[in-house]
Amino acid sequence: MGAAVVILAVAAIAAAPLVVSTYHALLMLPFMAYAVVLLGLNLLFGYTGLVSFGHALFIGLGAYTGAFLTTHAKIRSLELILITAAALGALVAAPIAALCVRYVKIYFGMLTLAFGMVFYTFVLKFYRLTGGDEGMPFLRPSLLGLSLDAMPKIDYLVGPYYYYSLAVLALAALAMWRIVHSPFGLCLKTIRDNPTKAETLGIGVTRYRFYAFVISAVYAAVGGALLGPPTGNVDPTLAYWTHSGNIVFMTLLGGFTSFFGPVVGAFVFIYLQNWVMSVVPYWRLIFGAMLALIVIVAPEGLLGLVSRRRAVPAARA
Amino acid sequence: MILRARGLTKLYGDFLALDDVSLEVDAGEFVSIVGPNGAGKSTLINILTGVTRPSAGSVRVRDREVTGLPPASLARLGVARSFQLVQVFPDLTVLETLQAAVVARLGRGRRFFASLARDREVQEGALEVAELFGLGDERHVPARQLPQGDKKLLDVASAFALKPEIILLDEPTSGVSTADKTAIMDTLVAASKRVGLKAIVQVEHDMDIVFGYSDRIVALHQGKVLADAAPAAIRADQRVMDTVVGRKAGVSRAPAC
Repeated sequence: MGAAVVILAVAAIAAAPLVVSTYHALLMLPFMAYAVVLLGLNLLFGYTGLVSFGHALFIGLGAYTGAFLTTHAKIRSLELILITAAALGALVAAPIAALCVRYVKIYFGMLTLAFGMVFYTFVLKFYRLTGGDEGMPFLRPSLLGLSLDAMPKIDYLVGPYYYYSLAVLALAALAMWRIVHSPFGLCLKTIRDNPTKAETLGIGVTRYRFYAFVISAVYAAVGGALLGPPTGNVDPTLAYWTHSGNIVFMTLLGGFTSFFGPVVGAFVFIYLQNWVMSVVPYWRLIFGAMLALIVIVAPEGLLGLVSRRRAVPAARA
Repeated sequence: MILRARGLTKLYGDFLALDDVSLEVDAGEFVSIVGPNGAGKSTLINILTGVTRPSAGSVRVRDREVTGLPPASLARLGVARSFQLVQVFPDLTVLETLQAAVVARLGRGRRFFASLARDREVQEGALEVAELFGLGDERHVPARQLPQGDKKLLDVASAFALKPEIILLDEPTSGVSTADKTAIMDTLVAASKRVGLKAIVQVEHDMDIVFGYSDRIVALHQGKVLADAAPAAIRADQRVMDTVVGRKAGVSRAPAC
């Protein structure tokens, strides 16, 4: 049943550019990029029980890596960009994680927020390297060694780039599925549920939190790099703290208690934001009210509502 | 000699919770630590399992100095524990809880991409302990939905799944009805023989349980060892019986002799 839904969803995403308008197909690009980010974020949030308010740092890091490589280093290969973004994500995350995972709850959240703002200030102020508040261009990357510069931009985005993104998302989801169903994944869940007890079973709590943090940062950096090409430009708002808030919102919206909840959250968020922005100027007001409603009425998000109706054994306490 | 504690002292500000306590546990022993509230029983257990650092004194496991090692390291050295206030993973099932312990014991927690479901050693190890503790029928039930007695059993069972050499139980039967207490203890003792556990140390208030199962009893009072002797000797010692049993409010049981 679950597998069938996933296959159908992938098929629907694959068919979308042929069926829906170009406008809507283009909206799928940030959705897929955010879905990669959120798969990682939820390893930390839903599976390890740590809420980060600083993961925009890693999104920004990934996006700026791509922009830097394509404009300054003349490297256009998206494979190389994604690998570099992932490696840099892990490298930057390691010292931050080592410090942050010693804290939990609000202290953890505030520390991640602080690091996020340090990075934001860095990209804003180091004008020479980052272009400051104007940002920098993310030149069109080549895919699998093919330079596609001759293609019209829209054709490139809803064609090869679209399916490339989908492939990256599918691979990222597959890898994450294996991670959460591995012995490592089980250890994370014990830490989420009861760190004291986990520790007495011999599970080194801070070490596992560290791993989860670094993996989530790698996902955020890869997703961040994927965000660049559709706009062709990266700017500091990618690393701003409200962006960290947005991805936490997406996770809550879809539901952090299920594997695909955050992915659904990303989809609904992107389309809803697009729609609300087109009808009223106060989209933040509407989204704020929605967030409050979700936390109160459906703390397990949209997928939580669905699974509860299927009468799966009781909701989480 | 499995466990040897020497001169354990713990100060909380000006309060002397433990005062020069020494304790040895040999292979094959079932040792009960008794004493009125505030005698330092939990402090002692917490020091022996690495949760609390002693202000002075040392703990050795076999011949290894372990003072100050964190609980996770002690667990890997064969020292397991259960808690006075039952500790479970609310959203994990009985089987998942035991699997986590087996994963930790086998050192497989860093298998990031391996399939847990296909790890036969972990699956069978967990199932075996579940059966041993009579939790087989509830193996797919999340811990939070278990009755209190079974939560207690699961807490202890997960410690057993570590295949420790010695296990320290902080009031294994607290919060459980009298009828269930003996059942829990019998299960526990039977299981300990099956998994090759070398020694059990428990903190317990229920003197029937203490006298019924212990090889040796250590009585604490105001942070000091008041007596360390076989059950019969403890029972015969009026001074100890008065201190440990007599003053306990709510348990109006007279010394049983």
